[in-house]
Amino acid sequence: MSVIAAVSQFVLGALFDLNRPGHYVHWGFIQLSVANLVVIGIMIVLFVAAILIPYRREGGDR
Amino acid sequence: MTVDSERESPTRDLPGILEEDAEQWTAKLRNAAIDALPPQRLMPDRQPAYVASWIYVFGVLTLAALAVVIATGMVLAIMGPTWWHVSPVGHFVNSLHLWSVESFFAFMVVHLWGSFFMAAWRGKRRLTWVFGAFAFLASVGTAFTGYLSQQNFDSQWIGTQAKDGINSTGAGAVFNVLNFGQMLMWHIVLLPLAVGVIVGVHVLLVRRRGVVPPFALDEPGEPDDPPGTAGIAGSAGTASVEGEA
Amino acid sequence: MPPTSRSERRSRSFKPDRDVAEWRGAYVRYDLVKEFLVALGVVALLVVLLTVAFSSPDETPVTVRSWSTNNPVDFAQTAITELDGTSESATYGPPYNTGSNDTQSIGFFSPEKWVGVHIPINTAQDFVIGPLRTLPDRPDVTAALDRYQAAPASQQQAWTAAYEKAVASATFSNGVLHVVHGAYGPVAAIIGDLTSMARSGALDGALVSSRQFYATDYTKPLLFIADGNYLNDLAGAQHLQGNQWGMMNETGNYPGQAWLWLYTLWYQVPPMNSSSSGDLEVWAIMMLLSLVMILVPFIPGLRSVPRWSRVYRLIWRQHYRSLATTPGTSAKT
Repeated sequence: MSVIAAVSQFVLGALFDLNRPGHYVHWGFIQLSVANLVVIGIMIVLFVAAILIPYRREGGDR
Repeated sequence: MTVDSERESPTRDLPGILEEDAEQWTAKLRNAAIDALPPQRLMPDRQPAYVASWIYVFGVLTLAALAVVIATGMVLAIMGPTWWHVSPVGHFVNSLHLWSVESFFAFMVVHLWGSFFMAAWRGKRRLTWVFGAFAFLASVGTAFTGYLSQQNFDSQWIGTQAKDGINSTGAGAVFNVLNFGQMLMWHIVLLPLAVGVIVGVHVLLVRRRGVVPPFALDEPGEPDDPPGTAGIAGSAGTASVEGEA
Repeated sequence: MPPTSRSERRSRSFKPDRDVAEWRGAYVRYDLVKEFLVALGVVALLVVLLTVAFSSPDETPVTVRSWSTNNPVDFAQTAITELDGTSESATYGPPYNTGSNDTQSIGFFSPEKWVGVHIPINTAQDFVIGPLRTLPDRPDVTAALDRYQAAPASQQQAWTAAYEKAVASATFSNGVLHVVHGAYGPVAAIIGDLTSMARSGALDGALVSSRQFYATDYTKPLLFIADGNYLNDLAGAQHLQGNQWGMMNETGNYPGQAWLWLYTLWYQVPPMNSSSSGDLEVWAIMMLLSLVMILVPFIPGLRSVPRWSRVYRLIWRQHYRSLATTPGTSAKT
C-alpha cells in the first residue's frame, strides 16, 4: 500500500514547483513573464521546424 | 461508389429510396448532405501530393488538444467545481485541463500562422478561414470564462479587472463576470457548444473544399494567370497535363 | 464543385491571392483517422507529462474575513468610502448605479450609459448598513445605524468626511480599531462594528446572501474587496496588474493567457493608458482588429502578404521540386 501511496504522491504532486515568485523580462515598455516567453518561443520553434523539417511519407503516388 | 460484389448491400433491409418521396424535407436534407459531402469526400483515403509538410499536422493537433480539453472538462464536471481544491486527484485532472488548454492554443496559433502563409482561403475557401477565425475568438471567450470559474484568487482578480472592459461596452449589464454561477454555465454549456459547432463547420468545410493547392510559381511581377485557362478556379489544372502519366 | 462556364471565367480575372486553379495532379495515401488517433495519443502524453512536471496553480481566494484580519486599517478605510458613497464601486456608474459623471464614451458613443443600471448596487446600504442590521442582539449597533440614518445628509457627510480623514492614520490593536478622537457621531462605531463583523467571517455570508438560499453570485463581496488595496497589492506582487501586462500573466511562474498580448498591449500605450474611457477605446480597437482578422481573405494587400513573403516556397518545396523533375510539367505555369 505504501508503494501505491508513494507512486500517487509522485504522480499527483508537481516535480517542479512553479508557485514561486515569477520572473519577468522588461524590454522598453514591454513586460513579459519568462513563462509566457517560453511558450511563445516554443511556438515559433515549432512553426519554423514544421516548415523546414522534410516530410517523408510512406505509400506511393497514384 | 462500387460495392464489393462479395458483400451484401448495407441497405438491403431498408425501404428503398423512392422518387415519390423526393419532395420530403428529410430526402432533401439527405440529398443536400450527400451532394456536399459524399462519403469519399467526407472520409477520403488520399490527399493531394502537395500535402507534404509537417505544418499540416497542426490542424489535427489542435483538434486532438480540443478533445483532451473536453474530456478533462467532463471529468471535472462529474465531481463539481470545488473538487479540485480538496482532492489531489481532482487537482491532477485540473492540471490536465489547464495544460491541454495551453497546448490547444499553442497548436491553434501555429495552425493559424501556417494557414495564413499558405493563403488557405484561396479558391472559395474564404468561409473556412472565417470559421477558423471565429473558432479562435470563441476559444478565447471560453478560456476566459474558464479562468473565472476556478474559484480562487486568480478568478477574483481576473473578474474584478475584466468587469471594467466588459462594463464599458454595456454587455456587463447582462454578462456579469462576478457572477460565478453564470460564468460557470457559459463555460461548460454555451461556449463549448459554440466552439464545437464552429469547429465542426470548419472541419467539414476543409473536407468539402479540400486542402488548398500551392501557389503557382511565376516570375515576380508577371501576371499570375495560369496559361491555357480562361480565368479562375475550376479551369484546367496546374500540376500535370491532362492525360499524362 | 460544379464547373463554371468559360464566359463566367473570362468575366472574372484570376487573382492569385483569392483564387487558385484546383488540383488535377497526383493523390497519395493519407490515413486521416490514424493521423487523428496518433495526434490524440501524442497530445494526451504531452499533457500528462506537463501535469506531472508542473501541476497547476491554486492561490487561496481573498475573503472579506482574510482581508480585514490581515489589514484591518485598509478594510476600515475602504468601508468608510462605501458608507459615504465615494468608493470606486459607489461612483462606478452603470451597470451598478448612476453615481458617476465619467461613464466611458467615444464621442457620443456610450453603450454603458445607453444600457443603464441592471445590477443595482448601493454601497452604503448593501455593504455597510444592511449587513450590520442582520446582527442579532446588538442594540448598540441598531442604535448607531438608526442615529446615522435619521440624521440629515449634511450631518452624515460631516461625520463621514471627518472620519475618513482620521482613519487614514488609524491603527489596530487588541481587536480594536484606534482612530484619533473627533466628531464622527455614530460613524466610528459603525465602521468599528463592521470591521469586527468582517473579521468574524459573518460579513462574507451577509454580502453573498440574497433572497434565496443557494447563492452563486459574488458581485457584492468582490466589488467591496476590489475597492480596497489588499487585493490590488497581492495582484501587484504577482505581476497581474494592468500596467504590468498582467492580463497575460498567471500567478507564480506558470504561463498565462499569452494570446491576450495584443489586447493588453493597447492599455500600455497613449492615449488609452491614461484615458478615462480607456476600456471602451481598447475594446473598439480589438473589435476592429478582430474584424480584420476574420476578413483577411477579402482585404487586398493584407491577403497578398503570404505570396509576397514567399514562406510558401518552403512549405511546398517538395511539391515544386517534384514538378520541376517530372517531365511535361513545370513549377511555373
